[in-house]
Amino acid sequence: MTMRDYSLTGASSRLAQEQGLASATWYQTDIPRKTMKALMKRSDGPAIRDTAIWLLCLVSFAAALYLTWGTFWAVPVFLCYALLYGTASDSRWHECSHGTAFKTPWMNNSVYYLASFMVIREPKVWKWSHARHHTDTIIVGRDYEIMGHRPTRVLRHILAMVGLPQTWGTLKSLVRHASGRLSPDEQSFIPEMEHNSVFRTARIMLALYGLSIGLAVGFQSWYLALIIGPLPAMAGVWLAYVFGLTQHAGLAENVLDHRQNCRTIYMNPVFRFLYWNMNYHIEHHMFPMVPYHQLPALHQLMKEDCPPVYHSTWSAFKEVVAAMWQQRKDPEHYVRRELPQTPTADTETTTMAAQTA
Amino acid sequence: MSNWIEVCALDEIDEEDVVPFDHAGHTYAIYRCPEGNVFATSGLCTHERIHLADGLVMDDIIECPKHNGRFNYKNGQAQGAPVCEHLKTFATKVENDTIYIEVAP
Ligand code: FES
Repeated sequence: MTMRDYSLTGASSRLAQEQGLASATWYQTDIPRKTMKALMKRSDGPAIRDTAIWLLCLVSFAAALYLTWGTFWAVPVFLCYALLYGTASDSRWHECSHGTAFKTPWMNNSVYYLASFMVIREPKVWKWSHARHHTDTIIVGRDYEIMGHRPTRVLRHILAMVGLPQTWGTLKSLVRHASGRLSPDEQSFIPEMEHNSVFRTARIMLALYGLSIGLAVGFQSWYLALIIGPLPAMAGVWLAYVFGLTQHAGLAENVLDHRQNCRTIYMNPVFRFLYWNMNYHIEHHMFPMVPYHQLPALHQLMKEDCPPVYHSTWSAFKEVVAAMWQQRKDPEHYVRRELPQTPTADTETTTMAAQTA
Repeated sequence: MSNWIEVCALDEIDEEDVVPFDHAGHTYAIYRCPEGNVFATSGLCTHERIHLADGLVMDDIIECPKHNGRFNYKNGQAQGAPVCEHLKTFATKVENDTIYIEVAP
Protein backbone atom coordinates (compact mmCIF):
# COMPACT_ATOMS: atom_id res chain seq x y z
CA MET A 1 0.00 0.00 0.00
CA THR A 2 1.46 3.39 -0.91
CA MET A 3 1.83 6.13 1.68
CA ARG A 4 -0.14 9.32 1.30
CA ASP A 5 1.99 12.22 0.20
CA TYR A 6 2.54 14.24 3.37
CA SER A 7 5.35 16.31 1.86
CA LEU A 8 4.75 20.05 1.59
CA THR A 9 5.89 20.31 -2.00
CA GLY A 10 4.09 17.43 -3.73
CA ALA A 11 0.70 16.61 -5.21
CA SER A 12 -1.17 16.79 -1.87
CA SER A 13 0.11 20.29 -1.31
CA ARG A 14 -1.10 21.43 -4.72
CA LEU A 15 -4.45 19.75 -4.17
CA ALA A 16 -4.89 21.37 -0.74
CA GLN A 17 -4.31 24.77 -2.31
CA GLU A 18 -6.66 24.09 -5.21
CA GLN A 19 -9.36 22.97 -2.79
CA GLY A 20 -9.04 26.12 -0.69
CA LEU A 21 -7.74 24.23 2.34
CA ALA A 22 -4.53 26.27 2.67
CA SER A 23 -4.63 29.33 4.96
CA ALA A 24 -8.41 28.94 5.07
CA THR A 25 -10.95 30.37 7.48
CA TRP A 26 -11.69 28.00 10.37
CA TYR A 27 -14.75 27.57 12.52
CA GLN A 28 -14.66 29.51 15.79
CA THR A 29 -17.04 29.36 18.71
CA ASP A 30 -18.58 32.76 19.24
CA ILE A 31 -17.14 34.25 22.42
CA PRO A 32 -17.58 37.95 23.23
CA ARG A 33 -14.50 40.13 22.88
CA LYS A 34 -14.56 41.23 26.54
CA THR A 35 -14.55 37.60 27.65
CA MET A 36 -11.74 36.70 25.28
CA LYS A 37 -9.69 39.64 26.52
CA ALA A 38 -10.05 38.39 30.08
CA LEU A 39 -8.95 34.93 29.01
CA MET A 40 -6.03 36.09 26.87
CA LYS A 41 -4.62 38.30 29.62
CA ARG A 42 -1.01 37.37 30.39
CA SER A 43 0.66 36.93 33.74
CA ASP A 44 3.98 35.54 34.88
CA GLY A 45 2.76 34.02 38.14
CA PRO A 46 1.40 30.60 37.09
CA ALA A 47 4.29 29.80 34.75
CA ILE A 48 6.95 30.96 37.26
CA ARG A 49 5.36 28.72 39.88
CA ASP A 50 5.08 25.73 37.50
CA THR A 51 8.58 26.21 36.11
CA ALA A 52 10.06 26.46 39.60
CA ILE A 53 8.29 23.22 40.63
CA TRP A 54 9.44 21.52 37.43
CA LEU A 55 13.10 22.56 37.79
CA LEU A 56 13.08 21.73 41.49
CA CYS A 57 11.72 18.25 40.71
CA LEU A 58 14.39 17.77 38.03
CA VAL A 59 17.20 18.76 40.40
CA SER A 60 15.74 16.60 43.20
CA PHE A 61 15.48 13.52 41.01
CA ALA A 62 18.98 14.13 39.62
CA ALA A 63 20.26 14.26 43.20
CA ALA A 64 18.27 11.16 44.12
CA LEU A 65 19.74 9.34 41.12
CA TYR A 66 23.22 10.25 42.33
CA LEU A 67 22.43 8.97 45.82
CA THR A 68 20.81 5.72 44.63
CA TRP A 69 23.38 5.05 41.88
CA GLY A 70 24.28 1.36 41.78
CA THR A 71 21.12 0.25 43.59
CA PHE A 72 17.79 -1.02 42.26
CA TRP A 73 16.18 2.33 43.24
CA ALA A 74 18.19 4.14 40.61
CA VAL A 75 15.90 2.63 37.93
CA PRO A 76 12.55 4.12 39.05
CA VAL A 77 14.28 7.35 40.04
CA PHE A 78 15.77 7.65 36.56
CA LEU A 79 12.43 6.88 34.90
CA CYS A 80 10.79 9.72 36.86
CA TYR A 81 13.67 12.05 36.01
CA ALA A 82 13.38 11.11 32.34
CA LEU A 83 9.64 11.87 32.31
CA LEU A 84 10.31 15.32 33.72
CA TYR A 85 13.09 15.76 31.18
CA GLY A 86 11.60 14.25 28.02
CA THR A 87 7.85 14.77 28.49
CA ALA A 88 7.50 17.94 30.57
CA SER A 89 10.02 19.76 28.36
CA ASP A 90 7.84 19.03 25.32
CA SER A 91 4.88 20.94 26.72
CA ARG A 92 7.11 23.77 28.00
CA TRP A 93 8.65 24.01 24.55
CA HIS A 94 5.17 24.14 23.03
CA GLU A 95 3.59 26.75 25.26
CA CYS A 96 6.64 29.01 25.18
CA SER A 97 6.77 28.77 21.39
CA HIS A 98 3.38 30.47 21.41
CA GLY A 99 4.77 33.07 23.80
CA THR A 100 1.75 32.73 26.05
CA ALA A 101 3.16 30.94 29.10
CA PHE A 102 4.77 34.03 30.66
CA LYS A 103 3.89 37.67 30.28
CA THR A 104 7.58 38.64 30.17
CA PRO A 105 9.16 37.82 26.79
CA TRP A 106 12.64 36.94 28.10
CA MET A 107 11.12 34.35 30.43
CA ASN A 108 9.23 32.75 27.53
CA ASN A 109 12.35 32.74 25.40
CA SER A 110 14.61 31.33 28.11
CA VAL A 111 12.29 28.42 28.85
CA TYR A 112 11.70 27.94 25.10
CA TYR A 113 15.39 27.52 24.33
CA LEU A 114 16.05 25.39 27.40
CA ALA A 115 13.10 23.11 26.59
CA SER A 116 14.08 22.94 22.90
CA PHE A 117 17.52 21.69 23.89
CA MET A 118 16.03 19.13 26.27
CA VAL A 119 13.41 17.84 23.86
CA ILE A 120 15.93 17.82 20.96
CA ARG A 121 14.02 20.16 18.71
CA GLU A 122 15.43 23.02 16.67
CA PRO A 123 13.84 26.17 18.10
CA LYS A 124 13.86 28.23 14.92
CA VAL A 125 12.62 25.51 12.57
CA TRP A 126 9.86 24.41 14.93
CA LYS A 127 8.68 27.93 15.52
CA TRP A 128 7.84 28.14 11.83
CA SER A 129 6.54 24.59 11.44
CA HIS A 130 4.30 25.09 14.44
CA ALA A 131 2.90 28.30 12.97
CA ARG A 132 2.04 26.29 9.87
CA HIS A 133 0.49 23.56 12.04
CA HIS A 134 -1.86 26.19 13.44
CA THR A 135 -2.67 27.69 10.04
CA ASP A 136 -3.36 24.37 8.35
CA THR A 137 -4.01 21.87 11.12
CA ILE A 138 -3.94 18.28 9.74
CA ILE A 139 -4.27 19.50 6.16
CA VAL A 140 -2.34 16.92 4.13
CA GLY A 141 0.43 18.55 2.13
CA ARG A 142 0.42 21.67 4.33
CA ASP A 143 0.90 20.62 7.97
CA TYR A 144 4.45 19.48 8.76
CA GLU A 145 3.52 18.12 12.19
CA ILE A 146 1.04 15.36 11.33
CA MET A 147 1.93 12.35 13.50
CA GLY A 148 -0.71 9.90 12.27
CA HIS A 149 0.46 9.35 8.70
CA ARG A 150 -1.73 6.91 6.77
CA PRO A 151 -1.44 4.04 6.25
CA THR A 152 -0.09 3.60 9.77
CA ARG A 153 3.55 2.57 10.10
CA VAL A 154 3.32 0.60 13.33
CA LEU A 155 7.03 -0.01 13.78
CA ARG A 156 7.76 3.69 13.42
CA HIS A 157 5.34 4.53 16.22
CA ILE A 158 6.84 1.87 18.49
CA LEU A 159 10.35 3.21 17.87
CA ALA A 160 9.07 6.76 18.43
CA MET A 161 8.08 5.81 21.98
CA VAL A 162 11.81 5.74 22.73
CA GLY A 163 12.54 8.74 20.55
CA LEU A 164 14.58 6.96 17.88
CA PRO A 165 13.08 8.39 14.67
CA GLN A 166 12.75 11.87 16.21
CA THR A 167 16.34 11.97 17.48
CA TRP A 168 17.73 10.56 14.24
CA GLY A 169 15.62 13.01 12.24
CA THR A 170 16.82 15.98 14.29
CA LEU A 171 20.43 14.85 14.07
CA LYS A 172 20.17 14.73 10.27
CA SER A 173 18.47 18.12 10.10
CA LEU A 174 21.00 19.67 12.50
CA VAL A 175 23.83 18.53 10.24
CA ARG A 176 21.95 19.75 7.16
CA HIS A 177 21.27 23.15 8.71
CA ALA A 178 24.75 23.48 10.22
CA SER A 179 26.11 23.03 6.71
CA GLY A 180 23.81 25.78 5.42
CA ARG A 181 21.09 23.75 3.67
CA LEU A 182 17.31 23.38 4.09
CA SER A 183 15.08 20.64 2.73
CA PRO A 184 12.45 21.63 0.13
CA ASP A 185 9.72 21.13 2.76
CA GLU A 186 11.52 23.46 5.18
CA GLN A 187 12.00 26.05 2.46
CA SER A 188 8.23 26.06 1.98
CA PHE A 189 7.52 27.33 5.51
CA ILE A 190 10.69 29.12 6.67
CA PRO A 191 11.09 32.57 5.09
CA GLU A 192 14.43 33.30 3.49
CA MET A 193 15.34 36.06 5.92
CA GLU A 194 15.30 33.46 8.74
CA HIS A 195 17.58 30.94 7.05
CA ASN A 196 20.84 32.23 8.51
CA SER A 197 19.38 32.21 11.97
CA VAL A 198 18.33 28.55 11.47
CA PHE A 199 21.87 27.67 10.39
CA ARG A 200 23.47 29.52 13.31
CA THR A 201 21.16 27.91 15.84
CA ALA A 202 21.87 24.44 14.42
CA ARG A 203 25.60 24.97 14.84
CA ILE A 204 25.15 26.07 18.45
CA MET A 205 22.90 23.11 19.21
CA LEU A 206 25.31 20.64 17.66
CA ALA A 207 28.09 22.13 19.76
CA LEU A 208 25.98 21.85 22.93
CA TYR A 209 25.02 18.21 22.28
CA GLY A 210 28.64 17.48 21.41
CA LEU A 211 29.69 19.09 24.68
CA SER A 212 27.18 17.11 26.74
CA ILE A 213 28.27 13.82 25.15
CA GLY A 214 31.92 14.84 25.31
CA LEU A 215 31.67 15.53 29.04
CA ALA A 216 30.08 12.14 29.70
CA VAL A 217 32.74 10.38 27.64
CA GLY A 218 35.55 12.51 29.04
CA PHE A 219 34.58 11.79 32.62
CA GLN A 220 33.56 8.24 31.66
CA SER A 221 30.34 8.94 33.50
CA TRP A 222 27.07 7.17 32.77
CA TYR A 223 25.52 9.44 35.35
CA LEU A 224 26.26 12.55 33.26
CA ALA A 225 25.00 10.79 30.11
CA LEU A 226 21.71 10.01 31.82
CA ILE A 227 21.25 13.49 33.28
CA ILE A 228 21.75 15.69 30.23
CA GLY A 229 21.61 15.20 26.47
CA PRO A 230 19.84 12.71 24.20
CA LEU A 231 19.50 9.75 26.61
CA PRO A 232 17.12 11.25 29.20
CA ALA A 233 15.16 12.88 26.37
CA MET A 234 14.69 9.52 24.64
CA ALA A 235 13.94 7.61 27.84
CA GLY A 236 11.27 10.10 28.85
CA VAL A 237 9.61 10.96 25.56
CA TRP A 238 7.09 8.10 25.59
CA LEU A 239 4.42 9.94 27.55
CA ALA A 240 4.80 13.08 25.43
CA TYR A 241 4.35 10.83 22.42
CA VAL A 242 1.18 9.32 23.88
CA PHE A 243 -0.10 12.82 24.63
CA GLY A 244 0.87 13.92 21.13
CA LEU A 245 -1.02 11.06 19.49
CA THR A 246 -4.17 11.86 21.41
CA GLN A 247 -4.19 15.42 20.02
CA HIS A 248 -5.17 14.58 16.43
CA ALA A 249 -4.29 11.02 15.38
CA GLY A 250 -7.15 8.94 13.98
CA LEU A 251 -9.38 11.97 13.44
CA ALA A 252 -10.37 13.63 10.16
CA GLU A 253 -7.82 15.08 7.77
CA ASN A 254 -8.55 18.10 5.57
CA VAL A 255 -11.39 19.63 7.57
CA LEU A 256 -11.62 23.30 8.58
CA ASP A 257 -13.05 22.75 12.04
CA HIS A 258 -10.81 22.01 15.02
CA ARG A 259 -13.69 20.26 16.73
CA GLN A 260 -13.35 17.50 14.15
CA ASN A 261 -9.58 17.08 14.15
CA CYS A 262 -8.57 17.74 17.78
CA ARG A 263 -9.42 15.99 21.04
CA THR A 264 -10.18 17.56 24.39
CA ILE A 265 -9.55 15.08 27.20
CA TYR A 266 -10.00 15.26 30.96
CA MET A 267 -6.66 14.30 32.51
CA ASN A 268 -5.49 13.81 36.06
CA PRO A 269 -3.62 16.71 37.73
CA VAL A 270 -0.19 15.07 37.36
CA PHE A 271 -0.65 14.65 33.61
CA ARG A 272 -2.02 18.16 33.34
CA PHE A 273 1.06 19.49 35.11
CA LEU A 274 3.40 17.53 32.83
CA TYR A 275 1.37 18.52 29.76
CA TRP A 276 0.60 22.12 30.72
CA ASN A 277 -3.12 21.67 30.01
CA MET A 278 -2.70 20.80 26.35
CA ASN A 279 -5.35 18.15 26.94
CA TYR A 280 -7.72 21.06 26.16
CA HIS A 281 -6.61 20.78 22.60
CA ILE A 282 -9.70 21.94 20.73
CA GLU A 283 -9.65 25.06 22.87
CA HIS A 284 -5.94 25.61 22.28
CA HIS A 285 -6.26 25.33 18.51
CA MET A 286 -9.35 27.47 18.24
CA PHE A 287 -7.90 30.21 20.47
CA PRO A 288 -4.09 29.88 20.58
CA MET A 289 -3.74 33.21 22.39
CA VAL A 290 -5.24 31.84 25.58
CA PRO A 291 -2.46 30.83 28.02
CA TYR A 292 -2.38 27.26 29.28
CA HIS A 293 -3.57 28.20 32.76
CA GLN A 294 -6.78 29.71 31.34
CA LEU A 295 -7.68 26.75 29.14
CA PRO A 296 -9.90 25.05 31.76
CA ALA A 297 -11.96 28.28 31.98
CA LEU A 298 -12.14 28.53 28.20
CA HIS A 299 -13.26 24.91 28.08
CA GLN A 300 -16.20 25.70 30.38
CA LEU A 301 -17.27 28.41 27.99
CA MET A 302 -17.20 26.40 24.80
CA LYS A 303 -17.80 22.80 25.79
CA GLU A 304 -21.48 22.92 24.74
CA ASP A 305 -20.32 23.85 21.26
CA CYS A 306 -17.90 20.90 21.04
CA PRO A 307 -18.18 17.13 20.67
CA PRO A 308 -18.25 15.11 23.91
CA VAL A 309 -15.05 15.28 25.99
CA TYR A 310 -12.97 12.12 26.51
CA HIS A 311 -13.10 11.25 30.18
CA SER A 312 -9.59 9.88 30.53
CA THR A 313 -6.29 9.66 28.72
CA TRP A 314 -6.89 5.94 28.39
CA SER A 315 -10.27 6.35 26.66
CA ALA A 316 -8.71 8.70 24.10
CA PHE A 317 -5.59 6.59 23.60
CA LYS A 318 -7.66 3.43 23.13
CA GLU A 319 -9.56 5.16 20.34
CA VAL A 320 -6.31 6.37 18.74
CA VAL A 321 -4.74 2.91 18.75
CA ALA A 322 -7.88 1.24 17.34
CA ALA A 323 -8.20 3.86 14.58
CA MET A 324 -4.53 3.72 13.66
CA TRP A 325 -4.58 -0.07 13.63
CA GLN A 326 -7.43 0.03 11.13
CA GLN A 327 -5.65 2.70 9.10
CA ARG A 328 -2.81 0.22 8.45
CA LYS A 329 -5.10 -1.43 5.89
CA ASP A 330 -7.72 1.24 5.32
CA PRO A 331 -6.22 4.73 5.07
CA GLU A 332 -9.67 6.20 4.44
CA HIS A 333 -10.86 5.21 7.92
CA TYR A 334 -11.10 7.88 10.60
CA VAL A 335 -13.06 8.67 13.75
CA ARG A 336 -15.96 10.98 12.99
CA ARG A 337 -16.72 13.46 15.79
CA GLU A 338 -20.38 14.37 16.16
CA LEU A 339 -20.87 18.11 16.41
CA PRO A 340 -23.53 19.47 18.76
CA GLN A 341 -26.70 21.00 17.34
CA THR A 342 -26.35 24.26 19.29
CA PRO A 343 -23.97 26.29 17.16
CA THR A 344 -22.69 28.76 19.75
CA ALA A 345 -22.06 28.89 23.46
CA ASP A 346 -24.37 30.87 25.73
CA THR A 347 -22.74 34.30 25.80
CA GLU A 348 -24.04 35.31 29.21
CA THR A 349 -22.60 32.19 30.81
CA THR A 350 -19.33 32.65 28.93
CA THR A 351 -18.78 36.17 30.22
CA MET A 352 -19.43 35.10 33.78
CA ALA A 353 -17.16 32.09 33.63
CA ALA A 354 -14.25 34.09 32.21
CA GLN A 355 -14.59 36.79 34.82
CA THR A 356 -14.50 34.26 37.62
CA ALA A 357 -11.58 32.34 36.05
CA MET B 1 -2.50 66.91 0.95
CA SER B 2 -3.73 65.38 4.17
CA ASN B 3 -6.81 63.20 4.22
CA TRP B 4 -8.27 62.84 7.71
CA ILE B 5 -10.99 60.24 8.08
CA GLU B 6 -13.35 60.01 11.03
CA VAL B 7 -13.07 56.62 12.79
CA CYS B 8 -15.24 56.56 15.91
CA ALA B 9 -15.80 58.21 19.28
CA LEU B 10 -12.85 57.99 21.65
CA ASP B 11 -14.81 56.10 24.27
CA GLU B 12 -15.65 53.35 21.79
CA ILE B 13 -12.16 51.94 22.33
CA ASP B 14 -11.18 50.76 25.80
CA GLU B 15 -7.75 51.70 27.06
CA GLU B 16 -5.20 49.00 26.11
CA ASP B 17 -7.45 47.68 23.37
CA VAL B 18 -7.91 47.72 19.62
CA VAL B 19 -10.81 47.94 17.17
CA PRO B 20 -11.01 47.33 13.43
CA PHE B 21 -11.83 50.12 11.00
CA ASP B 22 -12.59 49.69 7.31
CA HIS B 23 -12.34 52.49 4.79
CA ALA B 24 -12.18 52.56 0.99
CA GLY B 25 -11.39 48.87 0.70
CA HIS B 26 -8.64 48.98 3.33
CA THR B 27 -8.74 47.67 6.86
CA TYR B 28 -7.03 49.41 9.76
CA ALA B 29 -6.45 48.63 13.42
CA ILE B 30 -7.04 51.54 15.83
CA TYR B 31 -5.44 51.27 19.28
CA ARG B 32 -5.64 53.03 22.60
CA CYS B 33 -2.50 52.56 24.65
CA PRO B 34 -2.69 52.19 28.46
CA GLU B 35 -2.08 55.96 28.80
CA GLY B 36 -5.09 56.61 26.57
CA ASN B 37 -3.32 57.86 23.41
CA VAL B 38 -4.56 56.67 20.02
CA PHE B 39 -2.52 54.91 17.32
CA ALA B 40 -3.33 53.30 13.98
CA THR B 41 -1.75 50.61 11.83
CA SER B 42 -2.78 48.57 8.86
CA GLY B 43 -5.35 46.08 10.07
CA LEU B 44 -3.93 42.81 8.79
CA CYS B 45 -0.98 40.88 10.14
CA THR B 46 1.97 40.88 7.74
CA HIS B 47 2.44 37.15 8.29
CA GLU B 48 -0.84 35.69 7.06
CA ARG B 49 -3.21 38.64 6.76
CA ILE B 50 -5.20 37.91 9.90
CA HIS B 51 -7.23 40.73 11.50
CA LEU B 52 -5.10 42.22 14.28
CA ALA B 53 -8.19 43.71 15.94
CA ASP B 54 -8.94 40.21 17.28
CA GLY B 55 -5.55 40.22 19.00
CA LEU B 56 -4.32 41.30 22.40
CA VAL B 57 -2.89 44.71 23.28
CA MET B 58 -0.21 44.63 25.97
CA ASP B 59 1.52 47.94 26.68
CA ASP B 60 2.99 48.97 23.29
CA ILE B 61 2.48 45.58 21.70
CA ILE B 62 -0.29 44.07 19.61
CA GLU B 63 -0.18 40.29 19.50
CA CYS B 64 -1.71 38.63 16.46
CA PRO B 65 -4.44 36.11 17.31
CA LYS B 66 -3.28 33.47 14.85
CA HIS B 67 0.36 32.68 15.67
CA ASN B 68 1.04 35.19 18.43
CA GLY B 69 3.31 37.31 16.24
CA ARG B 70 3.99 40.66 17.92
CA PHE B 71 4.27 44.22 16.63
CA ASN B 72 4.90 47.51 18.36
CA TYR B 73 1.77 49.33 17.22
CA LYS B 74 3.30 52.74 17.94
CA ASN B 75 5.96 52.38 15.23
CA GLY B 76 4.82 49.23 13.40
CA GLN B 77 8.01 47.27 14.19
CA ALA B 78 7.71 43.48 13.91
CA GLN B 79 9.18 41.90 17.06
CA GLY B 80 10.41 38.60 15.58
CA ALA B 81 9.23 35.25 14.21
CA PRO B 82 6.71 34.50 12.92
CA VAL B 83 6.35 38.13 11.89
CA CYS B 84 9.21 39.61 9.88
CA GLU B 85 7.62 42.46 7.95
CA HIS B 86 6.73 45.69 9.78
CA LEU B 87 3.21 47.09 9.93
CA LYS B 88 2.31 50.33 8.21
CA THR B 89 1.39 53.05 10.69
CA PHE B 90 -0.93 56.03 10.22
CA ALA B 91 -1.14 59.38 11.95
CA THR B 92 -4.10 59.88 14.30
CA LYS B 93 -5.71 62.82 16.04
CA VAL B 94 -8.54 63.27 18.51
CA GLU B 95 -10.86 66.25 18.17
CA ASN B 96 -14.01 66.72 20.23
CA ASP B 97 -13.62 63.16 21.54
CA THR B 98 -13.66 61.80 18.00
CA ILE B 99 -10.77 59.80 16.51
CA TYR B 100 -9.44 60.55 13.04
CA ILE B 101 -6.73 58.82 11.03
CA GLU B 102 -4.78 60.22 8.15
CA VAL B 103 -4.81 58.00 5.11
CA ALA B 104 -3.35 58.47 1.66
CA PRO B 105 -5.67 60.65 -0.44
S1 FES C 1 -0.97 35.58 11.01
FE1 FES C 1 -0.22 36.95 12.47
S2 FES C 1 1.43 35.90 13.36
FE2 FES C 1 0.75 34.58 11.82
